[in-house]
Amino acid sequence: MLGTGILKGMVETAKNFAGSYHDPERLTTVEYPEQRIASKENARQFPFLVHDTEDPMKGLRCVACQICEKECPPQCIYIVKSKDKRADYKGQMQFYPATFDIDLSVCMSCQICVEVCPFESIKMDTEFELSNTDRFGGLLVNKHQLAKSNEHYRKIHPTEAAASDAVLAAETAKAQAKAKADAEAKAAKAAAAAGPVGAVASAPAPKPSSPAAATAAAPAA
Amino acid sequence: MTAPVDTSDPKQLGADTDGTQFMTFHDLAYDAGKTVFQRKAQPVGQGREGELLEVAMGPQHPSTHGVFRMDVVLDGETVVKLKPVFGYLHRNHEKIAENTSYLGSMPYTDRLDYFCSLTNNWAYALSVEKLAGLQVPERAEYIRLITAELTRVLNHTCLAGFLLQDMGALGTPLMYAFREREKILDLIESLTGARMMCNYMRFGGCRCDLPAGWLDEAKKVVAEYPKFLDEFDALLSGNEILMARTQGVGKLSAELAISAGITGPMLRASGVDYDLRKVDNYGLYSRYPFRVPLGSHGDVYDRYMIRMLEMRESLKILEPALKDIPEGPVVDPKAKLRGFRPKPGEAYGRIESPKGELGFYLISDGSPNPYRYRVRPPSLINLTILEDMCLGQTVADAIVTLGSVDIVLGEVDR
Ligand code: SF4
Ligand code: SF4
Repeated sequence: MLGTGILKGMVETAKNFAGSYHDPERLTTVEYPEQRIASKENARQFPFLVHDTEDPMKGLRCVACQICEKECPPQCIYIVKSKDKRADYKGQMQFYPATFDIDLSVCMSCQICVEVCPFESIKMDTEFELSNTDRFGGLLVNKHQLAKSNEHYRKIHPTEAAASDAVLAAETAKAQAKAKADAEAKAAKAAAAAGPVGAVASAPAPKPSSPAAATAAAPAA
Repeated sequence: MTAPVDTSDPKQLGADTDGTQFMTFHDLAYDAGKTVFQRKAQPVGQGREGELLEVAMGPQHPSTHGVFRMDVVLDGETVVKLKPVFGYLHRNHEKIAENTSYLGSMPYTDRLDYFCSLTNNWAYALSVEKLAGLQVPERAEYIRLITAELTRVLNHTCLAGFLLQDMGALGTPLMYAFREREKILDLIESLTGARMMCNYMRFGGCRCDLPAGWLDEAKKVVAEYPKFLDEFDALLSGNEILMARTQGVGKLSAELAISAGITGPMLRASGVDYDLRKVDNYGLYSRYPFRVPLGSHGDVYDRYMIRMLEMRESLKILEPALKDIPEGPVVDPKAKLRGFRPKPGEAYGRIESPKGELGFYLISDGSPNPYRYRVRPPSLINLTILEDMCLGQTVADAIVTLGSVDIVLGEVDR
């Protein structure tokens, strides 16, 4: 009969209308600024730079290798490498970013920078309320604003952070073992009164500076 | 290869020459046989030259699904000429891709058909894998199959909502559709980190493994989904107004569809049994029996029904796949993220995206960027036939016809 299909549809809407008063299945919206849905663990919004120490600028893991700058598809990262070097978490002398800017208006939250970074130093934040009234400077996020602690990372992405911590711990252990071996070799060589060849073993780590003693602060080069 | 078929319902089944199972839904409960109106083709423009009115619908018209323009020439309310104009959303996708690394284009493919970023990722990954000869581990294949079918369900759900909105059912069906879509988006977000711009697949696998508990959640969503489809069917499929607005509207004959290169649900609505999941057997589709719904009239109603039925078939693939997924690595250990340079050569990878055949054609010259990168976008090619479907019908019909093509302008214009 003509009209039954419409009536059937009406019943459906009536069910939904009535249901929206008591059935959470039918009323799925929340009043956003007051009520919030917890973000998903994997959620990604905008990158941040991980630091390990109290002073964010001292403890940045980033070594300004500029790989992310090169790989970022829309090219929204801008890095200036420092002139001097400083010891990183495992005591190796490394450059650090004198400038590290990400253009918020260009970044597309793709996470490629995170994937290509070999030093676990850039990660994705879950903060999504990033709007800004300043159209120019306010959207260029500098390294001071980007720096966030490893605790923060552990809080927002527990699983991922655990994996990342494990990688770093392994690297540190390796570096320490190597430093120890190097020191011993050096001592042995010094004892044998050899020339100033320097005990540079084949280093698997990236090439900067000969690995000096593990905790030394003096630049080697 | 022939998959086992549920033969208890002979009406729904048929087997064509290559043994592919398909079904025609005109025998089903929601039979289109109960046509409400018979339409007559309108006499067009006889002796009325000079009285024709040319109207530009779009690019900011709410019914054009984005920035798309239809230049229609009207005789009264009848469409005498229609010119689709696109390019407003052109953003140089192909040229940009030729200047970025292979990996760097992956997030851009999300932005082609932004409803179905996971199938876009898959098509691109597939062609790069062909180019570089990478193997995909089994678990990753399963994840791809699952996410692609979820995407298909998601896309068709939205399309049904949007199509109804084009017909003037403002709000209700679209809101119901979005409510359900949200459940799938939640799944996709907890897997990939983003609701729409997933950037999830990688050459030789997927970016990360499924998070803990994901499979259970997915099983729940998949098990619940038929309830929504039943609701949607009750709400719409038998609705007389919907039938009157869609049956006999925007007809496309099988011959024309084939010669115009139409693919996807639109082609199948015209009764052509062509589904790349069956034809190419890529991924793991050969492991799961599913049927390909076919229309017989090629009108808007058929296109709508095809999508409703395809969703049910997708759920039939999803259910066992979610159970069968094995443990294992999700990415080929040979695949490199940085410094990826496939050897010189060319490759064309294609999949059945929710909108049709989505293909990526790549030429490598051994450098880190593709020498040539070309997308075969189903939306664009399906859209080219719009005039033939709209001639002699009213403006309101033209809008419904456009809605049934299922376009996303991100993919049309690239
Ligand atoms: S998330 Fe993507 S777009 Fe944003 S800075 Fe990283 S690589 Fe660039
Ligand atoms: S890839 Fe990592 S270490 Fe290198 S510059 Fe980028 S954030 Fe810093």
